[in-house]
Amino acid sequence: MAQISDLEFLRLSKAQKTGYKIRRFFTGIPKAIASFFLAVWHAIQKAGKAVGREISEIGTTFKEGDWKTKLSFLVMGFGSLARGQILRGILFLLFEIIFIGYMILSGGYWLSMLPSLGTQGPTKEYNALLDVTVTQYHDNSFQILLYGVLTIFFIVAFIYTWRVNIRQNRMAEKILATGKPLKSGKEDLHSLVDDQFHKTLMALPLTGILIFTVLPIFFMILVAFTNYDGTHNGYTNNLFTWVGLDNFNTLLSWDVTGGAGTQSYAATFGEVLLWTLIWAFFATFTNYFLGMFVAMAINKKGIRFKKGWRTILVLTIAIPQFISLLYVSKMFAKNGIINGFLMDMGWIKTALPFWEKPNWARITVILINIWIGIPYLMLITTGILMNIPADLYESARIDGANAWQQYRKITLPYMLFVTGPYLLTSFTGNMNNFNVIFLLTGGAPTNPAASSAAGAVGYTDLLITWLFKITTGAESQYYLASVIGILVFVVVALISLIVYNVMPSIKNEEDFR
Amino acid sequence: MSEAKRHMGLKASRALSNTAIHALLIIMSVIWLIPFICIVLQSFRVESTGPVGYVVPHQWGVDNYTKLFQTDFPKWYMNTFIAALITAVLQTVIVLCMSYTLSRFRFKMRQPLMRFMLILGMFPGMLSMIILYRILKDLGLTQANAVPGLILVYIASSGMGYYVSKGFFDTIPMSLDEAARVDGATRAQILYKIILPLSKPIVIYTVLTAFMGPWGDYVFARYISFGTSSGMNVAVGLYNWLNKDQIANSYTMFCAGGVLVAVPVTVLFMCLQKYYVEGVTGGAVKG
Repeated sequence: MAQISDLEFLRLSKAQKTGYKIRRFFTGIPKAIASFFLAVWHAIQKAGKAVGREISEIGTTFKEGDWKTKLSFLVMGFGSLARGQILRGILFLLFEIIFIGYMILSGGYWLSMLPSLGTQGPTKEYNALLDVTVTQYHDNSFQILLYGVLTIFFIVAFIYTWRVNIRQNRMAEKILATGKPLKSGKEDLHSLVDDQFHKTLMALPLTGILIFTVLPIFFMILVAFTNYDGTHNGYTNNLFTWVGLDNFNTLLSWDVTGGAGTQSYAATFGEVLLWTLIWAFFATFTNYFLGMFVAMAINKKGIRFKKGWRTILVLTIAIPQFISLLYVSKMFAKNGIINGFLMDMGWIKTALPFWEKPNWARITVILINIWIGIPYLMLITTGILMNIPADLYESARIDGANAWQQYRKITLPYMLFVTGPYLLTSFTGNMNNFNVIFLLTGGAPTNPAASSAAGAVGYTDLLITWLFKITTGAESQYYLASVIGILVFVVVALISLIVYNVMPSIKNEEDFR
Repeated sequence: MSEAKRHMGLKASRALSNTAIHALLIIMSVIWLIPFICIVLQSFRVESTGPVGYVVPHQWGVDNYTKLFQTDFPKWYMNTFIAALITAVLQTVIVLCMSYTLSRFRFKMRQPLMRFMLILGMFPGMLSMIILYRILKDLGLTQANAVPGLILVYIASSGMGYYVSKGFFDTIPMSLDEAARVDGATRAQILYKIILPLSKPIVIYTVLTAFMGPWGDYVFARYISFGTSSGMNVAVGLYNWLNKDQIANSYTMFCAGGVLVAVPVTVLFMCLQKYYVEGVTGGAVKG
């Protein structure tokens, strides 16, 4: 769709403007996706060029370098040692020795087993001496995959360090050519608290992220391409192995026979995904608008005990969710307090099926989430609301705007502008809101059509709780959980991408800055 | 309508709307507080132990609290407390290191690093639990030894939660750093002597949230304790009391346990409320 100029836009009627904006949003989606792939392509090109540059630089370093530099290509840190930078030299050399030792002792084995993930499963062997049959364990697919990935990480780290080692030789030669002295080991150490301080500070956090986030994610992505599950745990019963894209085909197939219960995996997945999106939408926006409303109500001139109201609401944030949510979930149960109260008052004859009927459960979950969410949003919006320049309202009132118009034309645009990124993170956060769903319903009521396999998915299950159920059930289909995890990532990334790309065009309200 | 009359009308309508809002706020406060009042009342119920349809106990007593001490509850409580305390300290150190670096230093990998962490954050954290469980099991840090394992899981990736405190550091003017640099201070000295004293609110906010996370965590704790009672935290232990086969015997004990878990953290929270509000507000504005 053609973009129209600002002047033309202003001439449109109100309805046309809205229509135009909505059309712009949706026509913007393909462009946003295209621009993403374009950006990826450019990044690949750039990386390719960078690699080329690195290689040619390594070449010139070798060609122009002296014998110390040339020897450093084989013995890391030799150049540093020969030029008197003992500390650096020893560290490089030590790293190389450790690396080579590791590769010979175990790294080579893990790498060689990685393509097959093990060849020999556990066997039963008769022990004549003790007259018993014992199970002998051999290959361990899980360890092979894990240490294989670790070894690959280690090799990448080695190549990088080797490259740093080469570059340092080059730099040392250049510095010596100008007649200046090189940095001593003491100066190196001092720089770690001064101009290289960021490396010191980030060493620990980044190591943690690498081992406890990057490695597991890498591993789990790989698991999606294997048949790792409860009956193929890779050691004590059966080995697991690579299966290619089979798991993606399973999850996205409409085949009823091999599916979860009496409906296909694709149908189950579609249902859960749809509910996840609906839930995230309502959970985000009901909280947002109601929280803002409460904040405005408390902020309003002439309201007394402002601090008291806020404290009461904030109090509910402090109490751990597992207590409040579990308790509230029991309050709404068939024999719970709510039903008991309503029946005592004579308003209902039979207990209301808050958790028994799919749509009842879904609506109840959203309502209870409002109870959970309003205090947070009240806190967040209170501060921002107070930042809106008061003279904006003043002049609006003089022009005769009523409260609703003031809200619609001043408060809301300002709030959306300031909290736009927060809304996005809150939306994706709600898609993965494990606590509220799991503690309130545990996914119930169960979907009978999808019950047998695939972790007994229920009508209030989000993708994330479904994933959890799959990994804890009797069959523990880890591979399926991985596929779902990857798809969750794809959905979240896609939504973030579209919103980020489209937001600036919607967000033309720069007037406030 | 004369000017005076119009003024009166405005005043009346404002008074009316204020009364309505007051009424609304009172109703809201009741709705928000009722579950907590109920849980306290039911924790003192003696005549029965299962869930019932009324709130006020027919017979009052502290039996549920004394019974708690014959179960594994004290053990769970200690587990949770130790895990939360150590996590609060270590996580704060890590988060502050990370956010200070990303706010103050301009190095080549800064932007790619932040983008990378943003992408990492889009993967569901639950996914990595399967492998973390196996790794921790190999290290012997699960089930009965779950507490060190849990602490490791809580703090290891906390570097990714740098957003809020980075936003705070961004508001401290760079000219302070530069002045100190001119006077010959190292980067480390700037952090200890200038930035940290100015950052009391965000340090308290980080400690508070880092403490409250493990205090109420359920899913990781359940994975890592894996059915072994002595390694559970309060969330996992109390959750099990609401299972179908246990609820009739332990529902009121759950209430009593809930009260004991909620009271200290609520008191702490109320004392530090001001800092929490600052952190939450700042975090949302900066995204």
